[in-house]
Amino acid sequence: MAAATERKSLAVQEPKGWRRALLVVEKAIKESLFDCRMCGQCILHSTGMTCPMRCPKNLRNGPCGGVLVDGNCEVFKDKPCVWVQAWQRSRKLPLWRDHMKRLNPPVDWRLKETSSWENLVSGRDQQVPEGWRAAAQERSKPS
Amino acid sequence: MTETTGKGSRSHLERLLRGGKFVVTCELRTIDSADPDSVRKACEPLQGYVDAINCTDNATAHPHLCQLAASRLLIDNGLEPITQFSCRDRNRLGLQADILGAASLGVRNLVLMQGDDVSVGDHPDAMPLWDLDSMHLLRVAAMLRDQGVYLSGRKLTHPPEYFIGAVANPFAPPHDFRPLRLGKKVEAGAEFIQTQIVYNLPRLREFMKRVEDLGLLEKVFILPSVAICRSARAVHYMRDHVPGIDVPIEIIKRMEQHVRKEDQVEEGIRIATETVQALREIRGVAGIHLIAIKWEEVIGRVVEASGLLPRPTPAVKTVSG
Repeated sequence: MAAATERKSLAVQEPKGWRRALLVVEKAIKESLFDCRMCGQCILHSTGMTCPMRCPKNLRNGPCGGVLVDGNCEVFKDKPCVWVQAWQRSRKLPLWRDHMKRLNPPVDWRLKETSSWENLVSGRDQQVPEGWRAAAQERSKPS
Repeated sequence: MTETTGKGSRSHLERLLRGGKFVVTCELRTIDSADPDSVRKACEPLQGYVDAINCTDNATAHPHLCQLAASRLLIDNGLEPITQFSCRDRNRLGLQADILGAASLGVRNLVLMQGDDVSVGDHPDAMPLWDLDSMHLLRVAAMLRDQGVYLSGRKLTHPPEYFIGAVANPFAPPHDFRPLRLGKKVEAGAEFIQTQIVYNLPRLREFMKRVEDLGLLEKVFILPSVAICRSARAVHYMRDHVPGIDVPIEIIKRMEQHVRKEDQVEEGIRIATETVQALREIRGVAGIHLIAIKWEEVIGRVVEASGLLPRPTPAVKTVSG
């Protein structure tokens, strides 16, 4: 395996104590329930409780154009497209239905294998690159 | 500049679209040669028939002559490139550097997309990057231009100027979500769209209606793609091997009814011309993107048969360099 895929927490120190416990609990729950990939910046509730990181192209903003006619993935042809599932499941949720229209920022790969619960509480998962923040602000202004 | 409309436009293509002209774009064939003359030969039959030409980025996950070089060679031959970038082969550093590089070489149109997976190409053993997705890439290109900064926030000394395009596939599931996804692309920065190949016209009409209802037609120019197929075999291949293409049975039957190769060629041209005509009737269709795999000569025939000649001459020639 390439070194790049084996690198876990790119910049975050190995958590200890209660942080480690939180990570272990989150991982156990989310991996078993959602086949979660522990990106550390969870948007499950925005995607009909479907982990978008299961998409082989790492899409964070909806399905690519290669979805097969039967709704399966173009890469894993025997599996349903993660984003087709996300769309259908998000229609059934009472909340967050509009989140599918949201423009989700790029993944911060430093957060991989960290606890998204901890990152949610600390606000770390809301940090976006400076350029992204500037562009989002500018574009949300009424024209 | 002699045009009175489309002021402030960054490219010939943008000027035409903003001036309300029905545009024609097509694709440069993939080049597997280091001889610059290969690009000249490939683009020669397109002269005078199209307004701008897509230079693909390792199309269907096969390496070819890079799109930056191809784009610059097109400019040197007096044609306007539309330079494609996919998210597969470059991370956010590489993408930003190469977009800036493209602009410095005179590129004034971009088309930004996710890209095919390496598994469909001839290097399925490669590591695909997928650092950014197509939505991120659109926003990053707009950010370089409009905010004059990299994604990190670091300032550019001279921001690039270009017209930003994206792709859309109205034919792939989930169909309800596709117009909303287009809306997201517009929000991210897309100013024009080239669609997946259109065979299923009713589906496209439905899509365009939804796009109109979302108020997107005032914000984005839509160029559906039309493929010109040479044979029944080519249509079968497209249906069975190209992900995301919806080929209705009627099209396949029309191609199969002919035994002789020449008759299939003529039928392919007829289908393409009829599709172009039908597309021109749809509200919001601002032009077409013609796709003829390694068959440049036929582009002119379809453009002519569709009554789209002569093409307007570019007001601005090449940039110096």
